[in-house]
Amino acid sequence: MISVIKPGLQTTVQDKGRIGFYEIGMPPSGAMDKYAFTVANLLVGNHPNAAVLEITYLGPVLQFGKRMRISLAGGQIPPRINGQPVPMWTTLEVREGDELSFDFVQLGARVYLAVEGGIDVPLVMNSRSTYTLIGIGGYEGRALAAGDRLQLADMHEKEVAVGTQIDPRLIPAYSRSHEIRVVMGLCSYRLTDESKQTFLNTEWTVTPEANRTGYRHRGERLQFVEREQPFGAGSNPSNVTDLGYPIGSIQVPDGVEPIVLLHDAVTGGGYATIATVISADLDRMAQIKTNEKVRFVPVTLADALEARREVQARLSQVASAI
Amino acid sequence: MGHLETRYEYGGDEFIFVQLSEAMSLEANFKGMAITRQLKGRELEGILDICPSNASYMVRFDPDVLSPDLLMKELQQIEHAVEELDDIVITSRLVDVPVYFEDPWTHEALMRFRDRHQAPDSTDLEYSAKINGYSSKEAFIEAMTSAPFLVSMIGFVPGLPWCFQMVRREKQIEVPKYVRPRTYTPERAFGFGGAFSVIYPVQGAGGYQLFGIAPAPIYQKEQTLADFQDSIVFPKQGDIFRYRSITRDEYDQVRAQVEDGSFVYHKKEISFTPSEVLADPEAFAEMALGRLYHD
Repeated sequence: MISVIKPGLQTTVQDKGRIGFYEIGMPPSGAMDKYAFTVANLLVGNHPNAAVLEITYLGPVLQFGKRMRISLAGGQIPPRINGQPVPMWTTLEVREGDELSFDFVQLGARVYLAVEGGIDVPLVMNSRSTYTLIGIGGYEGRALAAGDRLQLADMHEKEVAVGTQIDPRLIPAYSRSHEIRVVMGLCSYRLTDESKQTFLNTEWTVTPEANRTGYRHRGERLQFVEREQPFGAGSNPSNVTDLGYPIGSIQVPDGVEPIVLLHDAVTGGGYATIATVISADLDRMAQIKTNEKVRFVPVTLADALEARREVQARLSQVASAI
Repeated sequence: MGHLETRYEYGGDEFIFVQLSEAMSLEANFKGMAITRQLKGRELEGILDICPSNASYMVRFDPDVLSPDLLMKELQQIEHAVEELDDIVITSRLVDVPVYFEDPWTHEALMRFRDRHQAPDSTDLEYSAKINGYSSKEAFIEAMTSAPFLVSMIGFVPGLPWCFQMVRREKQIEVPKYVRPRTYTPERAFGFGGAFSVIYPVQGAGGYQLFGIAPAPIYQKEQTLADFQDSIVFPKQGDIFRYRSITRDEYDQVRAQVEDGSFVYHKKEISFTPSEVLADPEAFAEMALGRLYHD
């Protein structure tokens, strides 16, 4: 058992996500940075879909009720056990009564805590992921609160020796400015050619509205091609007849402040989508904080697939070394 | 169904988005429904989500299992096959959806946000009736309740149905959204925006004109009501909803049934072809309502 002494800013239970229900308006939720999530589970020998804690910006204080192996992977929110610094990306052991706490976030935005066996919460539509908007999944459908007690699941598959570390070359480099690769398209024909260039040339600043639903960016104003709006589309030039929004898709309501939709996305609506963040870079989006800088870099679908394979190859290297 | 112009687009490496038409129409919606139902039937390995929407649809896939190029070809081929299947049969549900118009709860909400509305001095219903050329609120409610709506898309949040009235284009109601969205909308509010009516599944922000409230839920996470045994959301794309204007008494009765767990939507199964609806929407509406209430 794990007791929550302090909850942190937003600590939620997440697994790979609730896949297959997008058509009823249910976003997948799940760990925002799948790379860090996967490595954290590997380091404690868990099933790849075991539930972990996703810790955002400000870490919690947790107390362990028994001896177990744990690991922390993701952004640099330096962990301490009983006040002593401990390494990330490493198999650790805690004993009954040990307390895990965190220093202030340095780089990145989210860290994943995997515990041997995984976090045990009820499966809701095949997933343990928390979706706070409607209050389902995870721990009572919400972020953790002080006094919560987490039970452990039985998804442990393999013994991993305490002190196991991953090759430092397989630890992502985190920074404060970010190049995020996108495939242009969807309804990008609605933007003027000049605004397409502006979108790609601007160094965007992430606003305080940056969470699991999406990240909003401040920078330049974008213009849509003038037209008589089609029937049903709504009156603003950025409106289209309501359509589905891919995870990672970017919309620019009224031409102001591009929004990248992430894992708790609204699944559809009436704004023109202009590009989609490639799957490999969704993990990197998850490690961006408010006020950091983002540039969107256009790539082809072939590039996106190649980047995806590179991530998978790195994860295989991690797995085979553990 | 030949004169719509289709655009195929990749949404990163996991999505294909297909826009069947820029404008909303029953025709575009039926075409999307036909294609996505065919695709579902093919049970291709590697498809994660099939999401039909108003005049477009979207597929999420795992590119490690199903190559994006192959899927793209498959979708184009299905579109081609559907063009030749003008008499494709759609099976769905006719549902009686009670709505209490001008209720105290949405009234309170809309009055709180008058400064965000086009017409601060009238209610949403009065304003919408006027700009659509109706002489009274009553005549406007009559127009919304006399012909059924097709559930043309589900989404935004779980269970929210976009509904498009099954009438000729010249009789379609169209209203703007709020100038700035509200930060509060009651759960089960009945709203209208663009050419679509919606029921808000949960309390939250919203920009649609507010006309009333439904006593019955369209989303129930506890799944205690009979209509929610298989899914936490009730609406399905392709359903045909008839909004029926009810009194406060009936509203309270339905609420009591929802509370004690006995509420069941009145509904009938129906099969129809897009061609018969498009050929004569009025005749179809009359037939559908007859079937729902008298068969």
